[in-house]
Amino acid sequence: MKSNVITIMKKEFARFFKDKRMVLSTILLPGLLIYVMYTFMGQGLSGIYSSDESFVPQVYAVNLPEDYANAEGISVNFIAAEDETAAKEMLTAGTGGEAGGCDLLIVFPENFAEAIAAYDVASGEKAPEVEVYYNSADTDSSTAYDMMMEFLDSYESSIANKFDVNSQEKQYDLASERDTAGMVFSMLIPMLMIIFLFSGCMAVAPESIAGEKERGTIATLLVTPMKRSHLALGKIVSLSVIAILSGLSSFIGTMLSLPNLMGEAGDISASVYQVSDYLLLLAVILSTVLVIVSVISIISAFAKNVKEATTWVTPVMIVGMLLAVTSMIESMKPSNLMMYLIPLYNSVQSMNGIFSFSIDIPGIAVTCVANVVYAIVCVGILTKMFNSERVMFSK
Amino acid sequence: MEEILVAKGLKKTFKISAKQQKLEKTKEKIKVAVNNLSFTAYRGEIYGLLGSNGAGKTTTLRMIATLITPDEGDVLVDGVSVVREPDRVRGKIGFLTSELKLEEFFTPNYLFHFFAQLHGMEKEETEQRKKELFDKFGISSFAEVKVADMSTGMKQKVSLVISIVHNPDIIIFDEPTNGLDVLTARVVTDFLLELKAQGKTMIVSTHIFSLVEKICDRVGIIIDGAMVCSEELSRLTAEKSLEDVFFDIYAERAGEAV
Repeated sequence: MKSNVITIMKKEFARFFKDKRMVLSTILLPGLLIYVMYTFMGQGLSGIYSSDESFVPQVYAVNLPEDYANAEGISVNFIAAEDETAAKEMLTAGTGGEAGGCDLLIVFPENFAEAIAAYDVASGEKAPEVEVYYNSADTDSSTAYDMMMEFLDSYESSIANKFDVNSQEKQYDLASERDTAGMVFSMLIPMLMIIFLFSGCMAVAPESIAGEKERGTIATLLVTPMKRSHLALGKIVSLSVIAILSGLSSFIGTMLSLPNLMGEAGDISASVYQVSDYLLLLAVILSTVLVIVSVISIISAFAKNVKEATTWVTPVMIVGMLLAVTSMIESMKPSNLMMYLIPLYNSVQSMNGIFSFSIDIPGIAVTCVANVVYAIVCVGILTKMFNSERVMFSK
Repeated sequence: MEEILVAKGLKKTFKISAKQQKLEKTKEKIKVAVNNLSFTAYRGEIYGLLGSNGAGKTTTLRMIATLITPDEGDVLVDGVSVVREPDRVRGKIGFLTSELKLEEFFTPNYLFHFFAQLHGMEKEETEQRKKELFDKFGISSFAEVKVADMSTGMKQKVSLVISIVHNPDIIIFDEPTNGLDVLTARVVTDFLLELKAQGKTMIVSTHIFSLVEKICDRVGIIIDGAMVCSEELSRLTAEKSLEDVFFDIYAERAGEAV
């Protein structure tokens, strides 16, 4: 019995390791691509949660003690705030990092220096209170907040905890629901959508084209007087519809469940977006699906069977995921309109713009038109492949 | 007699992959499947292509059916070139071969309508044709059964019906009775004769001598991709049986007795 087990194992190993493509796609490629993807994501995430090293926050301060203005250990530009409400409005508007903008608002009690000097920790009385207001949806404001809190904590410890910071039941994070939703959705949804759409396409396209080749049913279609271009177009459009349904189902599920996933940390809702935003999104998704389905269809037509098609499509999907990660990287935002010609990248950036309320209409237009053009080219290629006996009847 | 299918100087070569070279123990990179093959079929007759496995029968039929393109030569189907107007040729012919499969998920009923639409048939015409063919082959009783759940014989009947859904004048059958039980094989053979009686022209490839003797008017013998004989069956078998004629020619070509 033992020898049979070993015989079977040998056969399975031989089947696997003698197939170079399988070894590449199953063992080597995942590790390599995960390394590349996580490196990209790491850069992206650090870019999201931290500002430039040379960043000097603009901190509006109320009742700023004189010795704080030139304090060592923190590099901020204090601006005396004459109007606390106006500063809060600037924070809420997310003006962090902008010239003349506000990264942080800090409110000291009147005569703060005297108050902490007079305060006795053992007295049981309430300590002087410092309030720090920020906008968590603004990267610069978040950075300024972290810097200031670190500085205040350190100072508070050095003077035996003679004051408190943000200890009251107040809302110090002035990010609006819209800003928070925009940040979360623009980071996550474009990437997830690309993955959903790829998954939807992969579930149907290889089966429909490589599967028909494998089962011999494509030949039955090819002997009818139907034009090959009609066959290609019919396949791509129908597969796109199915993939869109699959993608939309995942999209709706994600949009609805994301607030639950974020819990109290993310008071977000998809209702912050207008109907026009969703229409633009739909246009981008439709054109993107056409591109993905077309590419997978061409790969499937080359493959001899479904298994081979799936093996070949996997690396393409991972490349798509890498492009999708660019939605999380600030430095990879499109710098000019031509960048919207890059397939998938254009879709990710267009979706990112829609979700972050920075809609670039020309960019979205270029994305949709370019994607449709790519799909038309792919239909042409697929038609040629359906006409090619070497491709259709390769053994 | 009216010429309805004229094959002239057909040649087809295939590249041999390294894997196939190893398998077939050859260093040749090109295989000549069909070489300078010509024949003519006349309206209303059954033309039998006879040859051993690998002789080039199926390749010839696939060229006529426009599934593959000849490297040289051409076939005129009712005056239309398979090289220049393959789409038109497809509308004129019906093609049945074991390599054409039906989607297992669908029923004969669905498939019939689907292929009728691809051939541009009207709804009424489709219903009429479906009734005629389904009744003929007894398909009505399993018209709503998925192909996956059918026996080989049932599948072959459905394939046959699908291949002639558009009532073509020229029908190409590649090994039509292969793998069928005797009863289904008989049904198919009788149907071919019935089609002939209706004035249809058929090209039938087979290696079954008795089938050729039973249904064909004219026979072409293919050996190693070349048409070595194309003659009326009655003339060919005037003195010997078809089997003897075939092996005599085969031996002559091979230069030795078989």
